[in-house]
Parts: sequence; structure tokens; C-alpha cells
Amino acid sequence: MSGTMTITLNVWRQSDRNSKGRFARYTLPNVSPDMSFLEMLDLLNLDLVRKGEEAIAFDHDCREGICGTCSLYINGRAHGPLRGVTACQLHMRTFHDGDSITIEPWRAKPFPVIKDLVVDRSAFDRIMAAGGFVSVRTGGVPDANTIPIPKPVAEEAMDAAACIGCGACVAACKNGSAMLFVAAKVSQLALLPQGHAERQQRVEAMVARMDAEGFGACSNTYACEAECPKKISVTHIARLNSEYLRAKLI
Amino acid sequence: MTLDPKIPAGPIEQKWDNHRFAMKLVNPANKRKYHIIVVGTGLAGASAAASLAELGYRVTALSYHESPRRAHSISAQGGINAPKNYPNDGDSVYRLFYDTVKGGDYRAREANVYRLSQVSNAIIDQCVAQGVPFAREYGGLLDNRSFGGAQVSRTFYARGQTGQQLLLGAYSAMMRQVGLGTVKFYERREMLDLVVADGKARGVIARNMVDGRLESYEGDAVILATGGYGNVFFLSTNAKMCNATATWRAHKRGAFFGNPCFTQIHPTCIPVASEHQSKLTLMSESLRNDGRIWVPKAKADKRAPNQIPEEERDYYLERLYPSFGNLVPRDVASRRAKEMCDKGHGVGTTGLAVYLDFSETIKRNGQAWVAEKYGNLFDMYKQITGEDGYESPMRIYPAVHYTMGGLWVDYNLMGTIPGLFVLGEANFSDHGANRLGASALMQGLADGYFIIPYTIGDYLASNKFQKIDAAGPAFKEAEASVADLTKKLIAVRGKTPVDVFHKELGRIMWEYCGMGRNAAGLKKALELIPALRERFWEDVLITGSPDSFNQELEKAHRLADFLELAELMVRDALLRDESCGGHFREEHQTEEGEAKRNDAKFSFVAAWEFAGTNRTPKLHKEPLKFDYVKPSQRSYK
Ligand SMILES: Cc1cc2nc3c(=O)[nH]c(=O)nc-3n(C[C@H](O)[C@H](O)[C@H](O)COP(=O)(O)OP(=O)(O)OC[C@H]3O[C@@H](n4cnc5c(N)ncnc54)[C@H](O)[C@@H]3O)c2cc1C
Ligand code: SF4
Ligand code: FES
Repeated sequence: MSGTMTITLNVWRQSDRNSKGRFARYTLPNVSPDMSFLEMLDLLNLDLVRKGEEAIAFDHDCREGICGTCSLYINGRAHGPLRGVTACQLHMRTFHDGDSITIEPWRAKPFPVIKDLVVDRSAFDRIMAAGGFVSVRTGGVPDANTIPIPKPVAEEAMDAAACIGCGACVAACKNGSAMLFVAAKVSQLALLPQGHAERQQRVEAMVARMDAEGFGACSNTYACEAECPKKISVTHIARLNSEYLRAKLI
Repeated sequence: MTLDPKIPAGPIEQKWDNHRFAMKLVNPANKRKYHIIVVGTGLAGASAAASLAELGYRVTALSYHESPRRAHSISAQGGINAPKNYPNDGDSVYRLFYDTVKGGDYRAREANVYRLSQVSNAIIDQCVAQGVPFAREYGGLLDNRSFGGAQVSRTFYARGQTGQQLLLGAYSAMMRQVGLGTVKFYERREMLDLVVADGKARGVIARNMVDGRLESYEGDAVILATGGYGNVFFLSTNAKMCNATATWRAHKRGAFFGNPCFTQIHPTCIPVASEHQSKLTLMSESLRNDGRIWVPKAKADKRAPNQIPEEERDYYLERLYPSFGNLVPRDVASRRAKEMCDKGHGVGTTGLAVYLDFSETIKRNGQAWVAEKYGNLFDMYKQITGEDGYESPMRIYPAVHYTMGGLWVDYNLMGTIPGLFVLGEANFSDHGANRLGASALMQGLADGYFIIPYTIGDYLASNKFQKIDAAGPAFKEAEASVADLTKKLIAVRGKTPVDVFHKELGRIMWEYCGMGRNAAGLKKALELIPALRERFWEDVLITGSPDSFNQELEKAHRLADFLELAELMVRDALLRDESCGGHFREEHQTEEGEAKRNDAKFSFVAAWEFAGTNRTPKLHKEPLKFDYVKPSQRSYK
């Protein structure tokens, strides 16, 4: 283990949805390179509370890169500098003694700030409720093996299904588009035979809901793919587009 | 109050069928008159909410998460069991039942386990129909793999993300109902009390975590699907927010707590690296198939692993268990690792780790072979530790992983408060003293999709419900008590943040009520915990306002409950003067150091009744009978 580092942080502080936010500056000594990024924030929060100040609010839960809860915009990049890595998996060894780090919340109109670094991503749930499912009820379904699915198809569906719904794609996009998130679900269910019966309604309903929530249009900059911690490919956006076109033609 | 598990009569294969026929039904037109509150929307809660709404009930679901998809279930890696017998290797409903009862070291209720095994096949069908992308073989059919505690391949999986894919399936089914307006979902709401009126569970009080307001939710029945309490140890593989508040507060309102001391410790986790460690990460136990576990023979040996010659290494599992070697069950592997470290052979800067060494396998089969099988785990290890497991051995240490204990429920999954149902990890039901791998996902979904839709109907149809008003006295009293507690927490205005106390509690629990327990240590913990609780109530410092988003306040509420639950766990561990499964009382071991059960005295479920804060809880016993799987001693020599 090498020695500890001193880090300067510029952190977005905002009391609630309607207040104006601002950056606050903190100097944090004794940061160990073995700490995770969120543990570094824990340490800062301990300091702040001991001083009688309010802790910095940030969303997190699994700290393993799977729940999609963490949502930090670090030095101008969603989830920070490493590709395919969520903010919670980032470790301080990626930074250097004396570094200054800016931390902001996801910035997108459909994701209003709740407090400090916490945003409201319930728009994603509403898109899911509009059509991100196969309409089967519990019970009365066929035996699992009556629907054979070629392995490559299953694998590709799984690639899409790996989306953790974090919203980094939206935060990274200059238009605030949710296309990659929506495409991942549409694509998963379009690839699988179980999803075919509803493919037309699904894509229409999800896209309509996405637009109604105020997400921007996709202009193919591919910033989403570059920042997606699960490396969801933009080829799924192509599939979404063709599903959409197909639905409109039928 | 006598504990009645309500096990249906008849041979075990027919109990569930008979019971389903005997239960009363709510006619379709009447279902919409009933309102059910579901607290928790992980696998168990989301599947229940979806299934009940599909039947026609009105459902209100609450979660402290911002979305059902964030629940801790999402992080399960390995898989889900079902005895489909697709591989034609001799599996059956009976075999899964047998393995689960035995794996639980004969401390689970046979009838429940049999039903779990019976309905598990339908779970796989359901998930596939929803579009869950399980792994497949080249012919397009579903693939299975083997998992600990079983000699057959019955585990279905979706890469290393099985929990994620199952939860997304249940979540999509639930969101469909949200879209249809049959489920109302309230996110970022934390249940802080259960409302009991006329002797029945009729609602909950929840804090809106965004604006701090207390809200009342009234209904005809309440379902808790709020997960486990592993985070009582502070460090565990559970997600950071997992907590016991919902179940503990229900306990304080009269729900008995079953087998609180039964916790599972998983042997292959990434060890603690620094005092700032906030949680632990699990690595699949499949690693033990090809890795060898060792420690230096010399104590406090600070040499790099590669500089320690072969003859100075102790492959202790292979030495102690020549036939099972590194593949002994979870509890045994965990305990032996601790023992080695306690004796001073531990490695790494903290001395609390053992080596998991792949060098021999790499030499034999090549690095590419290892990478293909375990690449993602080596990557994860590198991500967290910054070290390369191919070049030098990985360091691992056991970590708290799962809690078999939970609120006591009868065969209908109803607790001791009428109308309070408990599903998933939150109940104590099916795993006895030790859970087998890939069986928690199965249990959560069995409870939610296939059991509660039947049993809750019987309860609703057999009872009369007075009109209840969220402005009525029962709700007012509960709301006032929550408001009062919040006020008291804030008013302490001490000097110490919540997490400092939580870490301290974790240290006490790990030391005295962790992998190895003994009477002296447990008694010591019974002094330390109340003292810590007292210090917490004198010195905790919560900044920020209660009327706004306040994560410090959230943590304080949860810790206040952990500080009480911890004491009950210790009491339960002290009472259970035997070793079984994950509960290892050092006084009770065989000559070889294995767990020694005492069936004559302890073949029962310990169900604890709350008697008031700082008062000794009352013990009730549910005797366990084994008519099908005869108890025997485990041996892995
Ligand atoms: C790292 C890891 C790997 C695992 N791998 C496997 C595996 O491979 N196979 C397997 O079978 N099992 C595995 N398990 C165990 C399994 O994942 C869990 O036991 C299971 O998912 C629990 O599901 P649940 O629905 O009961 O609870 P959870 O998924 O924990 O959901 C709890 C829900 O309750 C809500 N909640 C809790 N308290 C409140 C409150 N007071 N107010 C409002 N809402 C509340 C939460 O918001 C959440 O929605 C693993 C566990 C871990 C930690
Ligand atoms: S597509 Fe990627 S960035 Fe977007 S929500 Fe899914 S995982 Fe996050
Ligand atoms: S906290 Fe779960 S993905 Fe980061």
C-alpha cells in the first residue's frame, strides 16, 4: 500500500429540487488509494457531520456495479474516467495526490435534482410501464423448453438486457436522449420470440413515453455508448429504429 | 399465544394440493374490493405485487429505493435452482426437497421445503415467458450448471447476472400493472411502523424520503418483502441500504422473530482492505473448483506469496479434509479460514485473508483456460484490489452474506399478527440453519408468484374487515410514535456520526456472534451491545433537517433497530446450545472440529416475542418433525 493522498473536491450542492445549486470546495487529506470513490465520499461525509454540517447526498446501494443506483458525473464524465466502470467501482488509485475532482449530478431535464448529487430517474420507470414487458400473467405459461432460442440470439438479447438503468447515457448525451436505454429493452424483447407478439405496440408506446418525458432526440454522437458502464452497443439503437419503422409501416 | 404452523394434513406430496383445494377463494368481482399493501419490491415483493394485481386485487407497493429494479436481489450472481431434470441426471422434486432439508442441517420445516421444491419448476417457465434471457445450449434449450450442496445440475443462470435478470422480469410484470393502474407504486418511501387495528395488520406508516413527511397507507392486509438483515454486521455482501427496520418494527408490534442467530457466511469474498471499507464483495464459490487455498506455515510471514516455497505452505483444507479438500461446504471453509487467521497465519496487510492460488491450474491448463472459466471474477478482483490474480494468488476471506432467520411465518406465510404476510429473505421459513446456493432467488419468487396469491385469498375470504381510516386512532398513534422517535434521534445532538456506531456494532457481532460463537463471548456481547446502544442514544449526531432528504437520519433509524436486533441474535445464539449449519457453537464440535447438533434438545424453531425495550424477550418453540428426511451427521473427511 502506498501513502495517502490529498484531494480537492468541487461538489455540487443543492438543497432541493427548487433551490439554486452551487459548487462547494473541500480539501480531503488522508485519502488511501485503496478506497473506492464512494468510500472517499463517506470519509468526507464523516468529516462534514462531525463539523455539524450536512452530509453530501448521493445515491448508491450495491457498490458492485449492478444496481444502477450510483450516478456521479466526475470530472465531466458520467461515472468518471474509466470505460465500462460505474462510479461505485472506481477506486482512488485512479487519481493522484493533489488532484482536484469535480463531482456533479446527472444533468438532464427529465432527471430533476432531488438533493446535491441525487436525481429523480422515475421517468425510466414510466417508460418501462408503458411497454417494457411481455404481457404474460403469472401461471399458465408453457414449459420453459418449448421455446428453443438459438444461443447467439439468446446471447445478444442478454447483451442488451445487461443495461442497469443508470441513466449515464442520458447524462452523457448533449441532447439528453434516452435512446440507448430504451433501445436496450426494445432490442432484448424484439430479439426473443417471447416478445414478438407485442413488438409493434411496445416500440411505439415506449418511444411515445420517452418523448413525453422530455428526453431529447438522438443525433448519433454515440457519447452514450462511450460512457455506458455496461458497454451497451449503439447497434441496439439501429434495431430500435428499424422496429419503429416497421411498426409505423404495418 | 401458541404457535401453530398450520401444516396441512396428508402425505407430503399432497399437502399443497389439498390445501389449495381447502382454502377459500375470493370471487373475481370481489377482489377489487380488497386492498393489499406490499412493502418491498425486490424479487419477492415485485412478483407478489404483479401476481396479486393480475388477479384483480388493488395493490399499493412501497420501496425505499427509487425504483423496484434497484432492490438488492439485483446483485445475485450464481443462479436459481429448479429440479427440471433437463440434464437427465436424476433430479426430482423430492431430491431438491431432500438436499434443502439436509443442507439446512435439519432446522427447517419439511412441509414448506417440499412445497418450495414443488413450485420451483413453474418459476423457470414463468421467467422464460417474461423474456428472461437464461443461458442456452447450442440446440437452443436451457443450460444448467451445478452448485454447492448438490450432486445434480439444477441451476439456471443468466451469465453472472441471474438476480438482475430475474428481478428485471418481476419488475417488468409489476410495471405492466403500474401502467394498467392496478398497482400504485410509491418510491423512496421507508416503512417505519406497522399499523395494527382490531388485532389485524391494517397498514403502515412510511417516511417520504424526499420531503421527510410521514404518510399513512391503509389496507386489508400487509405484505413485508423487505429482505434480510446481514448488514447488522456493518460489513457484508449486502447492498448498503439493506436493513431490518420493517421487520423489526413489525416485531415490536407483535410479530415473532424466528431463529435470528442463523446467518450465512460465505467463504470466498474479497477481504477488507482498509478501515474505510464500506462493504464486501462476493466472488462466486465456483473458484474453489480449480483454486487451492493455503496460508504460510510460519506465523506472521510477511514474504510475498511467490517467495514462500512449497514446503512452507499449509494447504489446510486439503490437509484436514483429504476427500473433499477445497470443496467442503461454505460454513466449514469459512470457519477454517478464520481459525488460520486467528492463529496468526493470515496474509495481506491486515492478516485477515488466506490465499486462493491458481498457479498450479495455470501451469497445467494455461492462463487462457482459467480466463475463459473465471475471467470476469479475476477482472472484478483486479478492479477492487488493483492486483492481478493470474500473477500472484488472490486473497480471500469469509463475509456475512445471507440471513436464514427472519419473521416467523406459518405455512401460509402469515406471521403471528393476523394479516401480516412475510415473503422472501425477510421470513425465516425454508432454509433452516444454512441455505444452499441458488435457493434464495427460488424462494423469493416461489413466495411471490405461487404461494401468496393463494394464501392471502383464504385470509381475506375468511375474515371480516372493519372500515379503516388513515385518520383514525391506530394510524395516529403509530404516526406519532414514529415522529417521536425521529425527534428523539435528532435531539441527541451528540458528537459521533451514525456510521461510527454501526462499525462498532459490526465489530462486536463479528467477533462474538460471527463464524464461531461460545457462551462466554455471547455473554460478553450481551453486555457490550446494550452499552453501545446507550452510547448511541447519548452521543449520536445527525445533521440536516428531518423534513428533507436526509440520509444520515435514514441510517440512524436503521441503526437504532440493528442495535436492538443484534441483542436478540446474541440471545438466540446463546440459547441454542448446539452447533448446526451456520451456527457454530465452539463448545459443540466433533473431535475433528465439525458442527455437532443436539436433535434431542434443539429440534425446534426459536420464535421470539418482543416484551418491551430493554426487557428480556419471550421464547416460543415450534417443534420440528422429520417424517421424510431423517437427521444424520455431516462428514466431509
Ligand atoms: C452478493 C450476493 C449474491 C447472491 N447470489 C445469489 C444467488 O446466486 N442465488 C440465490 O438464490 N441467492 C443469491 N443471493 C441471495 C438473494 O439475492 C437474496 O436473498 C434475495 O434476492 C432477497 O430477495 P428479497 O425480495 O427477499 O429482498 P430484496 O431484494 O432485498 O428486496 C427488499 C425490498 O424491500 C424494500 N424495503 C426494505 N425495507 C423497507 C422499508 N422499511 N420500507 C420500504 N421498503 C423497504 C427494498 O427497497 C427492496 O425493494 C445473493 C445475495 C448476495 C448478497
Ligand atoms: S444503456 Fe448503459 S448508460 Fe444507459 S441506462 Fe443502460 S446501462 Fe446505463
Ligand atoms: S451503487 Fe450499484 S451500480 Fe453503483
